[in-house]
Amino acid sequence: MRGLVFRAFDRGGMIFLGILFGLILLLALSNLLMPVGHALHAPTYLVSLIGKYLTYALLALSVDLIWGFCGILSLGHGAFFALGGYAMGMYLMRQIGDRGVYGNPELPDFMVFLNYSELPWYWHGFDMFWFAAIMIVFVPGLLAFIFGWFAFRSRVTGVYLSIITQAMTYALMLAFFRNNMGFGGNNGLTDFKDLLGFDLQNDGTRVGLLFASAAALGLGFLICKAVTRSKYGKVITAIRDAESRTRFLGYRVDRYKLAVFTLSACMAGVAGALYVPQVGIINPSEFTPANSIEVVVWVAVGGRGTLYGAVIGAILVNYAKTYLTGALPEIWLFALGGLFVFVTLFLPRGIVGAINGSGDGGPSPIMTKIRNWREARAMEGRS
Amino acid sequence: MIARLLALMIALCCGLPALAADPDDLPGLIDQLHTRDYAAMEQTVNAIAATGDPLAVAPLQALSDGDLYYRKSDDKVFIARKAESGTDLIDPLTGEFVENVGRRDARKIGINNNMRRALRGALGSLTLLSPDPSVRAAAAQSLFKSPDPNAVEALGQAIAAEKDAAIRTAMEEAQAASILLSDLDDATKIAAIESLADRGGRDAMSLLKGIPDTASDPVKAAAADGIASIEAALALWSTAQNIYYGISLGSVLLMAAIGLAITFGVMGVINMAHGEMVMLGAYTTYVVQEIIRNNAPGMFEFSLAIAVPLAFLVSGSVGVLIERTVIRYLYGRALETLLATWGVSLIIQQLVRSIFGPTNKEVGNPDFMSGAVQLGEMTLTYNRIWIIVFALVVLAMLMLVLKRTPLGLQMRAVTQNRRMAGAMGIRTDRVDALTFGLGSGIAGMAGVALSQIDNVSPNLGQSYIIDSFMVVVFGGVGNLWGTLVGALSLGIANKFLEPYAGAVLAKILVLVAIILFIQKRPRGLFALKGRAVES
Repeated sequence: MRGLVFRAFDRGGMIFLGILFGLILLLALSNLLMPVGHALHAPTYLVSLIGKYLTYALLALSVDLIWGFCGILSLGHGAFFALGGYAMGMYLMRQIGDRGVYGNPELPDFMVFLNYSELPWYWHGFDMFWFAAIMIVFVPGLLAFIFGWFAFRSRVTGVYLSIITQAMTYALMLAFFRNNMGFGGNNGLTDFKDLLGFDLQNDGTRVGLLFASAAALGLGFLICKAVTRSKYGKVITAIRDAESRTRFLGYRVDRYKLAVFTLSACMAGVAGALYVPQVGIINPSEFTPANSIEVVVWVAVGGRGTLYGAVIGAILVNYAKTYLTGALPEIWLFALGGLFVFVTLFLPRGIVGAINGSGDGGPSPIMTKIRNWREARAMEGRS
Repeated sequence: MIARLLALMIALCCGLPALAADPDDLPGLIDQLHTRDYAAMEQTVNAIAATGDPLAVAPLQALSDGDLYYRKSDDKVFIARKAESGTDLIDPLTGEFVENVGRRDARKIGINNNMRRALRGALGSLTLLSPDPSVRAAAAQSLFKSPDPNAVEALGQAIAAEKDAAIRTAMEEAQAASILLSDLDDATKIAAIESLADRGGRDAMSLLKGIPDTASDPVKAAAADGIASIEAALALWSTAQNIYYGISLGSVLLMAAIGLAITFGVMGVINMAHGEMVMLGAYTTYVVQEIIRNNAPGMFEFSLAIAVPLAFLVSGSVGVLIERTVIRYLYGRALETLLATWGVSLIIQQLVRSIFGPTNKEVGNPDFMSGAVQLGEMTLTYNRIWIIVFALVVLAMLMLVLKRTPLGLQMRAVTQNRRMAGAMGIRTDRVDALTFGLGSGIAGMAGVALSQIDNVSPNLGQSYIIDSFMVVVFGGVGNLWGTLVGALSLGIANKFLEPYAGAVLAKILVLVAIILFIQKRPRGLFALKGRAVES
């Protein structure tokens, strides 16, 4: 156990976490301490925006864990994200209580509107935060476990797996669009008031959520690091590179894959749960297959199989999205599409891979040069 | 059946009152209509009807409409028409103008409800005896739609005289419908119910359901049996209709999926931009129609014939372009290809949106595509029929290309073993480009077909892409029969689940079923046999 924890804190990981928390702390201080209008004041929307990016980064991290290290390309990870988000949304809906438009203390507004006489059974318990918190991890994890158990046991791999994960999120999207599913249909869940008694519109709560997202991202990063650097992680990587050979060596490939897939889904669920209170809405459009594919491109841009590359990719691409959809909405889809093509053709190992050559392949030219130079210096020093 | 009809006829003949009609004295009979004794008047009406003279229709219709008057001076009967002053009297038989009289000089012949019913029967029987077959058929139809117990006898006579089998059947059905409302004995009614049940259809069922509660128990029981048998027949028809809808949906899926299946089969490449090829085909149709509308409106009927090859060329060349500029650098990296083609699809979508705008474009149906044909209780629209035919023709042509041309031979060789094919001198990269072009071109032709039944918008392709993937995954890769079976079974399964579960839930159930099916057969229904451990 100590070894596992220790392995997680390697130097690169420490640097990454240090930068992450340093920046978040600066942002929080400038939002809370600087007066509004001051040049160094960070507006609240920026806090929520960064918070949203961090939850996206956690989602990208979960995709990187299975795609970058295990070779499972899931085109349906948005489904786990959205399920976690819905679990959180249900808790937030129950917290509204009688402050809704219809003032019903028990039923959320949309249920009153749709003539529900009582709460559906699966809504019970969501008035308690601990229960919702368990569900946030449990529901995506369970779906991933069942789905993965079927898929990996019968050796569905490669593009087949990608396509059926896409079908899974598509089916869930259609299901959640139905009004009689009891999840608010088309409009989803929205109009949240407070979380654990803190007003969601309050700056302090926003900063708190930002810290929670950063903490979740940091924790997710450490877990991924610990997993991938353990013996278990070596097997996972072996499965990515030569699945049959690993199987012939006696490893139960399906169990390894199932475990990492479920873990990844749980992380995506947590990301979704932190995403919902910061954007204030969860609706079935989160399930669209296009969203899930977009997550994959974040990872591809950052560099798969590097973990922190996924975080960088998610933040960069989403910043570009925020900027372009605001400034040049016509351009955004061209840019996103071009990014897909460009990254797969010219940056197969992403930005991180292009710079320092970690990831799945050998060292990049830049790092080779640096290493050669260092070695030459060391040789000189010794002689 | 014949025995039943005979029984019906005999019962009718016994029920017929003795009719004493003098066919030569039609004017005399008409003048007898002027009476206050309704029983006598009914006798006269029946006598007039019995003459079977088409000329008698006009006065009876006038009597029924309240336009039959008698002249006070000599009690002669005329059809009256309001004039500027007073009333125009018209000869009831010849329709000639006789004279204009003062308002008080002619009086209307009043009738009661009982008479109205008798008149309807009489009129029905007169038109039933008309020498014009279309008039007889129409009369039988209208009597079936609004049955009249008084017409039973007239129908019996008409049936006896009828030569045309189709019209006779219609008359027999109308008679059976009328018998149900009459006060004839139960045996006759039961025979009528049975003949209605044999006819089937929703009209017959509503007639049977309309049997009054006062009817005797055997009659009700027979009616219940009849309703049950009609319902069973209707259920059969609705099954047939569902199969038709399913085949129609399946043919659309087939068109969208075969291109995907061959590119996936030959190159192991999932083309996420395939839906956009379909969309380009639909937009090609739109552009062709716009040009025709503006330059040669007379050519509109041929717009689709022009659009099909053009769409093939447009989508095909875009496909070759994508293959040459993107995909060929990614061989052996299936997952990356998937991402890159997704990027391409986003670019094409946005391009189309920038050029044509985000709204739906209207694509017209040529005349031969619009309208429908009624088959029993099924409605088959022409556009769907043509699309089924078109899909099968495309499939057959593609089969020919694969089995009978050098390119097809090479494609099959590359599908089975790329490196061996290369070693035998096949230029695999050229085969790849042509395969991709062919697959994309077929998608373009699918777009022409889809433009006839769906909205043409930049999102057109997206709505079919996941279903097409499901078809390919379900049917198995590299086998067109698999694609055909996959498309049709998906289409039919969807349409069969829809009435029970609703359209959305049906789709979800089908998706879940496929996800489960993949567990059982990870390579689809018709998997290619090979020795490769990993694909």
